[in-house]
Amino acid sequence: MSVNLTLLTVMGALYACGIYLILERSLTRVLLGLMLLANATNLLILATGGYAGLAPLFNKDTAAGDYSDPLPQALILTSIVISFAVTAFMLGIIYRTWVLARQDEIQDDAEDRRVAETPSFDAEDDAVIPAETSEFPLVAADPTDAAGTPDPTETVQAGARRMPATDAAAEEQPGSRNITPGPEGGTK
Amino acid sequence: MITVLAVHFAVAAVAPFLFRRLGRNAFFVLAAVPAGSFVWLVLQHGAVYSDAGSTAVTLPWIPDLRLELAFRMDALAWVMSLLVLGVGALVLVYCARYFKDKDSYLGGFGAQLLAFAGAMFGLITADDLLLMFIFWELTTVLSYLLIGYARTRLSARRSALQALVVTTAGGLAMLVGLIMLGATAGTYRISTILQMAPELVTGPAAAAVAAAVVLVLVGAITKSALVPFHFWLPGAMAAPTPVSAYLHAAAMVKAGIYLVARLAPGFAETAFWLPVVLGLGLATMLVGGYRALRQTDIKLILAYGTVSQLGFLTMVVGLGKPDAALAGLALLLAHGLFKATLFLVVGIIDHQAGTRDIRKLSGVYRSSRALAVVAAIGAASMAGVPPLAGFVAKESVFEAFVHHAGAGTGPWGLVILLGLVLGSILTFAYSARFMWGAFAVKSGVPATRFKAVKPAFLAAPALLSLLTLLYGVWPAPVDAWIQPYAALFAAHAGAEGVDPDAAGHLALWHGFTPALGLTAITFALGLAMFYGRNAVSRAQALVPGWIDGDRTYQLAIGALDDAAVWVTGRTQRGSLFFYLAVILTVAFVLPLTAMLLANKPLPGGLYFIDPGSPLQLVAGAGIVIGALAAVRANKRFLAVLMVSVTGYGIALMFALQGAPDLALTQMLVETIILVAFVLAMRSLPAELRDRTGGKYRVIRVIIGAAFGLTMVFVAIYALGSRVATPVSLEFPRLAYEGGGGLNVVNVTLVDIRAWDTFGEISVLALAATGVASLIFVRGRGDRIGPSSSVAEGTVGRRTDQAAHTRDNAALALSRRFAASTRDAWLVAGRTMAPERRSIIFEVVTRLIFHSMIVFSIYLLLAGHNLPGGGFAGGLTAGLALTIRYLAGGRFELREATPVSAGALLGIGLATAAASGVAPLLLGGQVFQSAVIELWLPVFGDIKFVTSTIFDIGVYIVVVGLALDVLRSLGAEIDEHFEEQPGEQPADEPAEPSEGREADGVPAKTTAKGSA
Repeated sequence: MSVNLTLLTVMGALYACGIYLILERSLTRVLLGLMLLANATNLLILATGGYAGLAPLFNKDTAAGDYSDPLPQALILTSIVISFAVTAFMLGIIYRTWVLARQDEIQDDAEDRRVAETPSFDAEDDAVIPAETSEFPLVAADPTDAAGTPDPTETVQAGARRMPATDAAAEEQPGSRNITPGPEGGTK
Repeated sequence: MITVLAVHFAVAAVAPFLFRRLGRNAFFVLAAVPAGSFVWLVLQHGAVYSDAGSTAVTLPWIPDLRLELAFRMDALAWVMSLLVLGVGALVLVYCARYFKDKDSYLGGFGAQLLAFAGAMFGLITADDLLLMFIFWELTTVLSYLLIGYARTRLSARRSALQALVVTTAGGLAMLVGLIMLGATAGTYRISTILQMAPELVTGPAAAAVAAAVVLVLVGAITKSALVPFHFWLPGAMAAPTPVSAYLHAAAMVKAGIYLVARLAPGFAETAFWLPVVLGLGLATMLVGGYRALRQTDIKLILAYGTVSQLGFLTMVVGLGKPDAALAGLALLLAHGLFKATLFLVVGIIDHQAGTRDIRKLSGVYRSSRALAVVAAIGAASMAGVPPLAGFVAKESVFEAFVHHAGAGTGPWGLVILLGLVLGSILTFAYSARFMWGAFAVKSGVPATRFKAVKPAFLAAPALLSLLTLLYGVWPAPVDAWIQPYAALFAAHAGAEGVDPDAAGHLALWHGFTPALGLTAITFALGLAMFYGRNAVSRAQALVPGWIDGDRTYQLAIGALDDAAVWVTGRTQRGSLFFYLAVILTVAFVLPLTAMLLANKPLPGGLYFIDPGSPLQLVAGAGIVIGALAAVRANKRFLAVLMVSVTGYGIALMFALQGAPDLALTQMLVETIILVAFVLAMRSLPAELRDRTGGKYRVIRVIIGAAFGLTMVFVAIYALGSRVATPVSLEFPRLAYEGGGGLNVVNVTLVDIRAWDTFGEISVLALAATGVASLIFVRGRGDRIGPSSSVAEGTVGRRTDQAAHTRDNAALALSRRFAASTRDAWLVAGRTMAPERRSIIFEVVTRLIFHSMIVFSIYLLLAGHNLPGGGFAGGLTAGLALTIRYLAGGRFELREATPVSAGALLGIGLATAAASGVAPLLLGGQVFQSAVIELWLPVFGDIKFVTSTIFDIGVYIVVVGLALDVLRSLGAEIDEHFEEQPGEQPADEPAEPSEGREADGVPAKTTAKGSA
């Protein structure tokens, strides 16, 4: 089988330049890199057709092998037009990014960075909580129940500090305020 | 049996509605389900204890996986079911007074509790290993939900999760063991496996079976909270007390015991069985008892007591001797009765007094004597005091282990026996501590205010304690229930000539036996420990903190969190460069390594200069130079131009290779892309700085070069290894005979590979819509007013010129001339600001626009036989529109295209689709084409191929795409410029549509016409 080194060498150079460009932060360059990669791939497909030949316009007197291979050509034709559409789309993205953020740059994902810096402490798992000795802590706090009212000075250990027992009981109720909800509903 | 299960789950499903109607009294309705099942179970007694020894039901489920809904009720299952259903019913009755109507989530809670009873019943009666596992995991999940009932409490959530994690981990180990067991035995039917057990245990796969059994035991150990997984059970006390009573006394933790009991007849002789069961059982019994003495919360005393008892039960049930089996089930029943009683009593105390702390409780006995009596019966049974169930059971346990120690087991038998006695002493001590802590009057503690207990609340524990008493006084029925199970062991041993009555009998009075002596020792030392409780607790305080299972668990989970954060932080950097670099490095390292390792010679047939077209070398050099220049360029448009150079070079390459269609299309596309680039990027700064410099640049060069090189060699080897004849050699003939066209490439696109092309134009339509949406934001912006509504010379006019410059004077002069009301050359030319107009361009456009459109249609129609086709034609038309837009502005573009871009895309797709479907209606295949030859007056003989219709669809879609690009990147961005008088376009993306609203077009219509 024939291998056209000229096509492949050019292809290799285009791939190298394309990869170099898409590893860049500038969106424009990334797009240019993508275009170079598309061109390189077209050349690769073209190279699979073997030797150059006659244009594939049917002629009864021409042997099938004398034509330039039509199948890769059909594939490339598809690829060219799709690349055009994708390029246009990317241009739209670049323009939109510019309008919105005034930059033509691929930013690092701040959220991912934050994940990496997250401490593994999780209040849900690791916070020290007071031991509970009743499922009905508010029964005792019922004001009508004079004898059962807990001493307001009574405290329980909550994490590193001591807090009044009544507060501790209140915090375990629905709508607890002991965890400040973060902007995304999580906790900080 | 299946009916019982189905009723449980069905009623559980409708439980929330019942609670909405009936409030907490709905628990009575729920209780009727296990109670009814209990009655059914009692009626089954005859069938189960007949000669057959069991009843079975089997429904096929997934035959391909050999899964069956196989259920079997034998003596063991029957006894366990008594406990599960009976206690289940009583606990539900109790719940009806424990909870209040206003408690939230009651419906879900009731449903879960009932479903739990059903799942437990299924677990016990399942006769298929996998089916049993399913019920096993159902109980795990339901217990998670039940423990976490108080979902607003952190402790409840945490305990629930801990229980889930521990028991699921064990469950997974168990699944592996079950599958190993099933695979070795060749069946998953539990009864069959147990029958085969003697062969399995001694057969060739003995090691695998032993390992499988150990894995299954891990499941049982985690579920039954044995050391070292005992910590979840005290944690699970965060559950409402009825749940603790049911899950941690009667049901869930008994699942592990049940499993041990189920497997013991067959597998007690495997290598690791006795060490695991006896060793961990004994350790658990002692640890549980020891820690129970340290607790100040009566519920936790019971919880650690349960841990202790579970270890005890595991030992007895797992010993694998008939007498131990009898004793084990007897103890299981007794434990279920007294522990449920005690938990329910704790619930009542908590409910009425508001605390469970023994340092605060004082004088409860005086407030509620009935409660104290009920609790006393339970606690005495737990301690093993005659004449209660606990005593009867514990007597036979001692009997069995005395027997075991005397049966030539050496010192270990004695150690175990001593451990048992020690554990029983601890049990006695914490039972006494519980009673004292809950009810006694303590000096220095004010009497606890205790609300009166209603009889309905006390009914369930009272009934249970009554049963405890009855069982102790008259153990004969229980004995009869268990004997068939104990006989299973006797049958195994019977072959060796052991007396078939080896199990002995349960009785209140056996005479003066060693067991009775041990019981006496237990009582004496237990009482001593209780009265010396201060000394005991001082001694316990001196012992340094034990290795805490709970702490270990937290450390393990914390380490897991740390590892997860570390791995995430290292891999998920949020940097596209990092991701791409990793991916691309892999993409070249792997193939390069493979090629180097394979070390194959380069294939033959390599050539640099194609004999047919030597000029390729030159074109190639041009392309490479263009690409390098594009990389080096630091001006935006220079870089774009250089990439275009490579594009045009590739068009030349196509031409030289003998692909005129490609060359034509590439040229057109390259031109339109260039225009689109310029239009889109005119607002961006001209400079293009390389921001990823420094060491990163070196990495990029290395990756790029290596990747390019790899691709070259991959291509060389791939192309060189081709052996088959190219399929495309047939294409020219196919194209001519089947497709009726001379241009093989075009026929390939519209006929031979029409599906591909159809997919492609769909992508085009999507991309076009995407571009329009990105720029217009709201809708596709298919509506733009006609040019007649626009004043002369207003489009593109700059308003921010500084006054009194030379340029401005010239501009003012030119405006006077140029603002003509006549549409001289272009329809909308007059709308353009005079400084934007070029008369020559307008004239040229006027001259060539129609020619180009006609030419594009020619390309479309002739494409079947000559270079061209829908793509080339469409692109040519697009180019014509581009020229018209550049010359006359956006209103000119609108005048040029009466049909909106979205409509064009839709029409194109519809045409193509119709040409594909139509043959189907005429009896052909999708995308089949036909050749129609006809004669027309002017044209003469015409040969029309139906696939041309498909090509027309392609043409229209491509025109639509080009139009969308022009409208979005061109016209709309123009408008952004004008709205913000200044060089920069609007900051506010919503601004553009408001401009049109001012023109009297409602905002709604801007969304109209989306494709």
